[in-house]
Amino acid sequence: MNAFDYEAPQSVDEAISLLSAGNGNIGILAGGTDLIAQLKEGRKIDLMLDLKQIPEATALSFDEDSGLSIGAATSCSKIYSYDVVKNHYPALVDCTSLIGSIQIQNRGSVGGNFCNASPAADTPPAVIVLGGTCRIAGPNGTREVAAEDFFSGPGQSVLQSGEFLISIQVPTPAANSGAFFLRFIPRNEMDIAVANAAASVVLDSEKTTIQEARVAIGAVAPTPLLVADAGAALAGKAVDDEDAIEAACAASRAAARPISDMRGTIEQRIHLSGVLTRRAIQGAIQRAKES
Amino acid sequence: MATKTEDYLGITDYKVIGTRPIRHDGVDKVIGRAKYGADIDMAGMLHGAVVRSPHAHARIKSIDTSKAEALAGVKAVITVEDLPLQEDKIEDLGEGAANLQHLRANVLADGKVLYHGHAVAAVAATDIHTAQEAADLIDVEYEVLQPVLTVQEAMKEDAPLLLENQTTESLGEDTGQKSNVCTHFRHELGDVEKGFAEAELVIEREFDTATVHQGYIEPQNATALWSADDQITVWCSTQGAFTVREQTAQILDVPVSQVKVVPMEIGGGFGGKIRIYLEPLAAVLSKKTGRPVKMVMSRTEVLQATGPTAGSFIKCKMGVDKAGKIVAAYAYMAYESGGFPGSWAAPGAMCIFAPYNIPNVLIDGYEVLVNKPQTMAYRAPGATNAAFASETIIDEICEQLDVDPLEFRLKNSAREGTRRADGPVYPRIGNEECVKTALSSEHYATQLNGKNRGRGIASGFWFNVGLKSSAAASVNSDGTVSLVEGSTDIGGTRTSIAMQLAEVLGIRAEDVKPQVVDTDSIGDTDVTGGSRTTFATGWAAYQCALDIKEQLIERAAKLWEISTDDVVFDNGTFSSSDSSKTLSFKELAGMLDETGGPVMGRATVNPSGVGGAFAVMIADIEVDTETGKVEILRVSVIQDAGKAVYPSYVEGQMQGGIAQGIGWALNEEYAYNRDGLLTNASLLDYRMPTCLDLPMIETHIVEVPNPGHPYGVRGVGEVPIVPPAAAIANAIYDAVGVRMTNLPMSPGEVLKALWAKNGENGTA
Ligand SMILES: Cc1cc2nc3c(=O)[nH]c(=O)nc-3n(C[C@H](O)[C@H](O)[C@H](O)COP(=O)(O)OP(=O)(O)OC[C@H]3O[C@@H](n4cnc5c(N)ncnc54)[C@H](O)[C@@H]3O)c2cc1C
Repeated sequence: MNAFDYEAPQSVDEAISLLSAGNGNIGILAGGTDLIAQLKEGRKIDLMLDLKQIPEATALSFDEDSGLSIGAATSCSKIYSYDVVKNHYPALVDCTSLIGSIQIQNRGSVGGNFCNASPAADTPPAVIVLGGTCRIAGPNGTREVAAEDFFSGPGQSVLQSGEFLISIQVPTPAANSGAFFLRFIPRNEMDIAVANAAASVVLDSEKTTIQEARVAIGAVAPTPLLVADAGAALAGKAVDDEDAIEAACAASRAAARPISDMRGTIEQRIHLSGVLTRRAIQGAIQRAKES
Repeated sequence: MATKTEDYLGITDYKVIGTRPIRHDGVDKVIGRAKYGADIDMAGMLHGAVVRSPHAHARIKSIDTSKAEALAGVKAVITVEDLPLQEDKIEDLGEGAANLQHLRANVLADGKVLYHGHAVAAVAATDIHTAQEAADLIDVEYEVLQPVLTVQEAMKEDAPLLLENQTTESLGEDTGQKSNVCTHFRHELGDVEKGFAEAELVIEREFDTATVHQGYIEPQNATALWSADDQITVWCSTQGAFTVREQTAQILDVPVSQVKVVPMEIGGGFGGKIRIYLEPLAAVLSKKTGRPVKMVMSRTEVLQATGPTAGSFIKCKMGVDKAGKIVAAYAYMAYESGGFPGSWAAPGAMCIFAPYNIPNVLIDGYEVLVNKPQTMAYRAPGATNAAFASETIIDEICEQLDVDPLEFRLKNSAREGTRRADGPVYPRIGNEECVKTALSSEHYATQLNGKNRGRGIASGFWFNVGLKSSAAASVNSDGTVSLVEGSTDIGGTRTSIAMQLAEVLGIRAEDVKPQVVDTDSIGDTDVTGGSRTTFATGWAAYQCALDIKEQLIERAAKLWEISTDDVVFDNGTFSSSDSSKTLSFKELAGMLDETGGPVMGRATVNPSGVGGAFAVMIADIEVDTETGKVEILRVSVIQDAGKAVYPSYVEGQMQGGIAQGIGWALNEEYAYNRDGLLTNASLLDYRMPTCLDLPMIETHIVEVPNPGHPYGVRGVGEVPIVPPAAAIANAIYDAVGVRMTNLPMSPGEVLKALWAKNGENGTA
């Protein structure tokens, strides 16, 4: 690891001015579970900018109107231990509680998971199906981007130089709704998704018909994908409409554009997109019924 | 020392053997005080880093170290030029022999790099970051060559040659033929053609197994100090301090007595910590700088550049007669040896049909160079690959004959007097007892129900080894005994060795203070490997105790003014034969000064009489047919320990071997890309099982005493890794009807096999 400077700004403004001051290569630090591993593997930085002293970056709050606000550097374990998340956002528990291991969850954040922008990242699909948005701070103020529009390629996001992610906003779930995330890994923990998927559904008051649905898949394309066709295939259909669910799975398979690597082959990943989409939809319907 | 093969004492009412005392090293390890190689720190110590090849196969055109040498804080840079030249000569180095030129070229590449991560140069600097930066500044110019990555490719006549002068030794003779095939050997028993001709049913299949890692948690490390008087001290984590001394002295071209190796606690080895990598580099860097130099590998370096165990290609064929007796067996076993000769087909061949009595056998073995790190031992090296082949075939035979797989194994079991194809005739062995224990187990009696669930059975054998061990012990005036020995403690061997001394002297295990010491402080002792330590170093401790006992009898005789023949020693008490006088061990220990001074025992052994070990595994699994993932539901392992000196350690070895075998079976593999670069050199992507991937592993210890050891001990450490791959493959077949013939049986591979059978939607 090469030598670098370290700064821990106390406010968003201070962070912005450090980012704009021409400090060479800057490594923004949240939990460091990606960043420090990358530094050890040869990534070179001149300045490490630690976000954890900025109150907004480690906050976690909920309000009925604006929904859940997750500071970008808030650790996964803090998120899944939060009662509101446990009770109203189980899909966020699904994804934050399976990242790495307990040690990794105690450091790693959803913001870091987004900004690292791995195609196989485990939190984006759930945030996408929950209709989450990314709040970005920059020299010209803050802007919001839908979670599904945040990613632009492997390791790449819409963040411009001088910008950083402050928080992720997730709206309050609708009545009779449910969401579910799962991934496929060869082991049972400490592994990177071969494929992952999340689904959310809003049911009618009888809980027999799907009014609205969203499906997102990961590790099967350069970025996490919102599969609009899968959601459309389910909207207006009965919860037990097998053909509709199969159509949604087919939409996921069609949307997947995976590569083959040592974690999985193209064929396997396309197939898994369908399998996981089905399981995610079933899980979401089940949760909506229980809500 | 004379050690007969019928040494078993026939005792069964032990006081210490078979109990579970608190281990001597327990507290230090639990509280983190035990010192491992990476804990070494010394005044003026420098840190070393290694420059490694980014190519799998390339000629080194030039190495420019000038920029590195100019960096502030850099104290020395070395390349292979700094290591003395070596003869083309094979030396025995403990568990395995090596050609010294190859050993030298493995620690620092000599003209050619033969695998991704091959060491090319090394640097010492005032801190590790500077050393790493300097390593990055060393310019190496390569001429990239085509890599050869599988034995089948490497054996082709037009395959690129890794070592230009390598010729094939076939059936003991140098053929003079240049080739990547280093060795071809053969074992023959009976007339295999005739055997197959007489068979009613013949099954033949081909198997491929991946290169796998031992998975020790502690990376290789070495700290060396070459002092001004040319005395060299090496601190490292190794399975064998004496083999490190031998190898290091050879590579540095100094007498062994100039090298002292201090073995630190070891964080796992499993066969991977016998060969040297960093020791000579740290020593030469220390010589150049006059300061101690510490080197610790990163996980990536461990995976890229230290010895994994061999991947293999095996063809196996077995035939049975009408009565369900195996009448013939054939195996073609081609094992990777990595970038340099020396592989594991030979031990694999000793094990492949070992649990069975087969009259006609032919085995052809090949050891083949490929552009991967030089392969090393891994727990019963070669035998897991072999059993995966033979035990899968046996399962298929049982299926076709519609016979119970355990009954079949019992009927065909090897027993005392059976000749193995590679020569030996078995003394008393415990294979039948293992199979019978499996048959009568609650696990086997419990039916497995449910969709996509299956049960698999497999047997395994490992021959175990003897080799040399030394022990010395001194009696303390408080009645305790300080024991020194040279076997790296793996799995609690300090204690299992101390217990064998305690048993003789009639004292408690806790009254023995065992210590593993450096190479200047005890007689030569071979590696902790081959499942030999409790057997052989334990034997040395037993002999050492007898030596002490004799001396103490003399002291008692002197004290009581009677003949030594009139002193009786029983259960820790010395008495005169007329029972008029008695002294406990402790009392006599307190009277040594008055009776002639201190008492020390010593023993060195090189025992024959090694007892082979057998194991049987029962595996229940479930396949997720949509993802191909195999879940292990329940596992039992049955193993003959001869005598379980410390039953918890035996159970631990059984569970550890099964756990590693499950990893090997399901997910572990070195993933090389087409250019021969290792793409999963991290424990995130080299998928060993975590505790969430394993069920409780049920153990059944069988004790058929080994007639070749005073307490009947057989080695226990290795055999449990032999059956898992086959048992799980057989369970997968039972569950979903596909025969998996390649390792690992990862989800993708199982899915592919299911698609081939059923079509992608499970309907074809
Ligand atoms: C052993 C292990 C297991 C893992 N398992 C998983 C897993 O199962 N699933 C999974 O998805 N990931 C996994 N990861 C990856 C990693 O833990 C996650 O991506 C984690 O969420 C990253 O969060 P962090 O806070 O540690 O990010 P950091 O490492 O601090 O940052 C990650 C990247 O984002 C940048 N960054 C961070 N915060 C911001 C911000 N607010 N604005 C702009 N840029 C920012 C950093 O500069 C860096 O490039 C694993 C990692 C390890 C080491």
